This record gives sequence, structure tokens and C-alpha cells, in this order.
Amino acid sequence: MNHLIRWGAVALVVGSLAACAQPVREDEDPAEREAREAAELEAEREAEREAEREARALEDDRRLDAAALDDPDSPLADRLVYFDFDRDEVKEEYEAMLEAHAEYLEANPGARLRLEGHTDERGTREYNLGLGERRGQAVRRVLNLNGASDDQIEVISYGEEMPVAFEQNEDAWAQNRRVELVYDRRE
Amino acid sequence: MLQRVRRGLAGLCGGILLLVAAPASAVLEVTVTEGVAGAIPVAVAPFEWRGDAEPETRLSDILRGNLLRSGLFEIREEDLPAAATGPADFIPEPWARAGAEYVVVGSKQPEDDRIIVEFHLFDVLAEERVGGWRIPVPDDMVRRGGHRVSDIVYEAITGDPGAFSARIAFVQVERHDDGREFRLQVADSDGANPQTLYRSPDPLMSPAWSPDGSALVYVSFENRQSEVFRHDVRSGERTSLARFGGINSAPAWSPDGRYLALSLSRDGSPNIYRMDLESGDLEQLTRSSAIETEPSWSPDGETIYFTSDRAGAPQIYRMDASGDDVRRLTFESGYAARAAPSPDGRSLVYVEGGDGGFRLARLDLDDRRVTRLTDPGDAESPSFAPNGSMVLYAMSEGGQGVLGSVSRDGRVHQRLEGREGDVREPAWSPLEQ
Repeated sequence: MNHLIRWGAVALVVGSLAACAQPVREDEDPAEREAREAAELEAEREAEREAEREARALEDDRRLDAAALDDPDSPLADRLVYFDFDRDEVKEEYEAMLEAHAEYLEANPGARLRLEGHTDERGTREYNLGLGERRGQAVRRVLNLNGASDDQIEVISYGEEMPVAFEQNEDAWAQNRRVELVYDRRE
Repeated sequence: MLQRVRRGLAGLCGGILLLVAAPASAVLEVTVTEGVAGAIPVAVAPFEWRGDAEPETRLSDILRGNLLRSGLFEIREEDLPAAATGPADFIPEPWARAGAEYVVVGSKQPEDDRIIVEFHLFDVLAEERVGGWRIPVPDDMVRRGGHRVSDIVYEAITGDPGAFSARIAFVQVERHDDGREFRLQVADSDGANPQTLYRSPDPLMSPAWSPDGSALVYVSFENRQSEVFRHDVRSGERTSLARFGGINSAPAWSPDGRYLALSLSRDGSPNIYRMDLESGDLEQLTRSSAIETEPSWSPDGETIYFTSDRAGAPQIYRMDASGDDVRRLTFESGYAARAAPSPDGRSLVYVEGGDGGFRLARLDLDDRRVTRLTDPGDAESPSFAPNGSMVLYAMSEGGQGVLGSVSRDGRVHQRLEGREGDVREPAWSPLEQ
């Protein structure tokens, strides 16, 4: 409800700005108007060129990001952290991998990472939403301690709603108790 | 004089499977998996049609199915005498010989765009009429009429109101090659008349009814995070109620319709909040760094039950609706969650975890006694029928999510199986709609 109200307010403000973008100037003479319109056109073109430059820079960034993230031999290729039943401690075996991700995030301040927390199907659904979030936050803490900035990371819990293994045995459950590291590739 | 028919052996015995014919349009098929010895034998005569083309949906079939599913009745169908329609032509003796203790007879007569249903209930052994009723049913709502008749008959025999007219909401999930489809469904209490309120490729969870039955609240991940929506059942209008950072989940409507209790982790960890639905104002009721979730209201609206793992493992707690006077209620096991208060406010049914898995247990709030209602397995999401007679819950069987139901005393067990995919998170609607 709050969001609806907020977006309603934004729409209202944008609407009123648009209405005053073209003030009527009845007292303007033709030469003045020509000069003003030329200046406006030049400003518009400059804005377009600037946008193009930014887009190119972003494209370069993305290529750089993609190269490091897509290297199958890099520790960055590992994006899964598994947990024990009803636990949220990050096990030692994931330290090196998470350090690599933290370094990457520190070196690429524009990079954004989503930590998606999951649980197995045992226990109640709503409680598991809480548990999935705790796991995501535990991974976030490790990344923060190793240099990643807090505003690069978002934690989302899916609880038990998005299993990857559908059988009902310990093997399947172990695969489902996980945090997935998902980079925002701006695609 | 007629002799009273012996009940014991006539009843369904534990473990016997009995298939109940499901209505043609149902999404759920109901199987009584374990019944009670001592079920009351009832016979239902076909209701005589006094018009031209008889509607395909037959009231007497709906009534038989409902009574059987309640687990309290056994339906006599063999060696029945010719159908009667009322006190004028009803003779008890042949019905008693067929083993019936109660008999329902009736007729249906079209009148404009309605059908007038007249029916009578006889106590065969006492040789007396328990009652007679005339109810008008819109001709496009015959099925609804059948549930209404069932409610009346159930109450006349047991003394408790029936809940057959109430509806159930649930989440159905189908797995496809390219992902899954989640559907929020509403159906009659027998699984008929299914209506899909919303479908999404992203998870839907935690449906809960408004106290007047006109709307549902639930959690949807359609915007890549948990978000609480209100959904008007008739108009289909959807409104986002909570989309804060972190978890937005476990919505529960207060009995007076004014508030929503829900679990939000906007301040770092899940806590229980109370949202004023008129103003949108939020009040934080719990303040802990534990997982605090699954709020549910007592029927009088004065108490909120919830799950918290503040003591190290999930247990059920209670607090005043203002957030004061927090007390732990469960101590019997290492895992207790998702409390569903009974409509009379005197007990809670919840999910209890142990070595063998998860099962339903009932906590008596007066004497704190715990009764186990199901065997250990993977029971979750209990929801009381609005008359308190049974509890619907989710479980799985052979890898498929199905609904189970158990009578309040734990004696009658049934299974409601989806025709397609997994069925989960049942929520029984309030009685008056």
C-alpha cells in the first residue's frame, strides 16, 4: 500500500514537471527564438553524446566483468554454498571461494550480487523463509569481512519454495540447503 | 418395535481404503483412509424431481458424499426400499431393515429461476421425524444447495454446525519442462467448482482468508522477492500490502478484519508486525533477532500465537494482540511451529517435529495436554474447518504433495489428492460468505 502511494506521488510530480517544460513566451522576437532553439538543440545533442559515451564505458565494464565471472577455472565460477540441516554457519570449505568473490566485488564497485537463500522441505514454510534469509546473511557477512561493500549485496530468501532436487532423501535435501550467488549482469 | 441397529462393525475400520466418487469437475479426489468404528448409518433417497429436464447435478449425491467424507457417517445403499418424499409416504420399517438409523428423503421443484428443495430427516428407530426444511436454490447453484442441505442434516444429527458450504483455498504446483506453474485455487469443501484466482511462474504461498470470506491474502515472489498481496475473490482485484526489504510473509487477518499480522525482516530479522489495513500503519509486536513468524489470531482477537526460535529451536509462543505478555506454550518436542487455533479458542493444532519427521499435534490450552493427531511424516500447514470438526493439512505421498484431513479427535483420516501436480497450504474459509 505504501508503495502504491509513493509511486502515485512520483507520477504526480513527474506529470507536473512535464507540464512546465515548455513555457509560453509571447514577448520573444524571432531572432532570439532562433538562437534559443539552436542552443537547446546543441544541448540535446551533447546529452546524447554523453549518454553514448556512458553506454560504451558500461559495455567495456561488462565485458571485463563477464570475462572474470565466466572463466570456468576461476574460483568465481563456484557460486553455491551448502549448509547443514537447520543451520546457517558457513563451513570452512567455502572460505577461499567467498574470499575470491569478495575481492571481485571490491575491485568492481559497480558489480551487484544477489544472495538467494534456500532450505530443504523439512519444517514449516514460513519458518524456512527465515532460515533461508539467515543463510544468505551469513554468506553476506563473510563477503563483507573480506572487503565487499554492503550496498553491493542483496539477500533474498526463497525458503523451501525453489528446490533443485525433488526427491525426498538426504541427498536431495543436502542439495537444496544452499545459498546461490547470482550476479546482476545488467542484461 | 424396531431394534436399534448395532453400530460397531458397521463402521469403517482403521486402514480400510474407501474411494468416494469425486464430482466430475473436481480438482481434488477424496479418499477416506481411516474411519471410525461406530459411524452412524444413514440412507439418502434420491430427491424426486417435479419438473421437466432434471439438472445433472444431483443433491442426494452431494449429500451422500459430504456425510461420508465427514467420517461420522456410513451410507447405506443396498436393499433400500422405494424412495419416499416426505412424511405422507414414509414408512420406517423397510429402511430399518436396510440398516439405516437416519433417512433423508426429499423433492425438488423448479420455480422461475430457482429450485425449491424440500427435504425431511427421519430417525428410523425412534420412528419420528427429526425435521423438515424447504430451501430455495438458484438453478445455477445446485451444488451449493447440496452443501447447504448437508450442513442442515449434519447439524440436525450431530448438534454441531456443518462446514460443507465453506470453501478451501490452496496452492497447486505443476512442474513443466521449462519451470513450474503456481496456482492459487479456491474450491468447494469437496474439491468441486475449482476457481483459479492467480497463476504465476514464481512461488505463491501462505494463503489466508479475510474473516468475511471475500478476500485472501498471500505471499507472491512475482517481483523477485517475497511480497504480501490482498486478492478480492469476486472482482479479482489485487493490491500489494507489504513489499519491504527482506522477508514479507505469513499474513493472518484479525477476526474483526481490521488488522493483518505478518512477519517482516525489514529491520534485519523476521519479527511479527501488525498492519492497520485502513491506514497502512505498522506496529512492531516482537523485537528479537530470532526467527519470529507464523502469527495466528485467537477467535476473540485478543491473543496472537506465533513461532519463534528465540530459545534455540522453533517453539510456539503467545502474546497479547498488543505484543505484551509473551509466553512460551510448547515444551514437548524440539520443533513446534505453525499454530492453528481451533474455532472455539480452546486448543491449538500445530506441526511437531521429531526423529520420525513432522506430524500434527493438538495442545489443549486449558490443561496443556498434548495429543498427537497424525503419525510422523511430513505434515504441515494445518487449517481448522470453521466448525472445528476437522483439520486440513498438507503432506506428501509418493513424492506428490497432497492434502490430508483429520478429525479433531485424531480418529478419522482422509486424503485429498490433486488430479495434477502438488497440492499444498490449504486454508478453510470462514462459514458465512
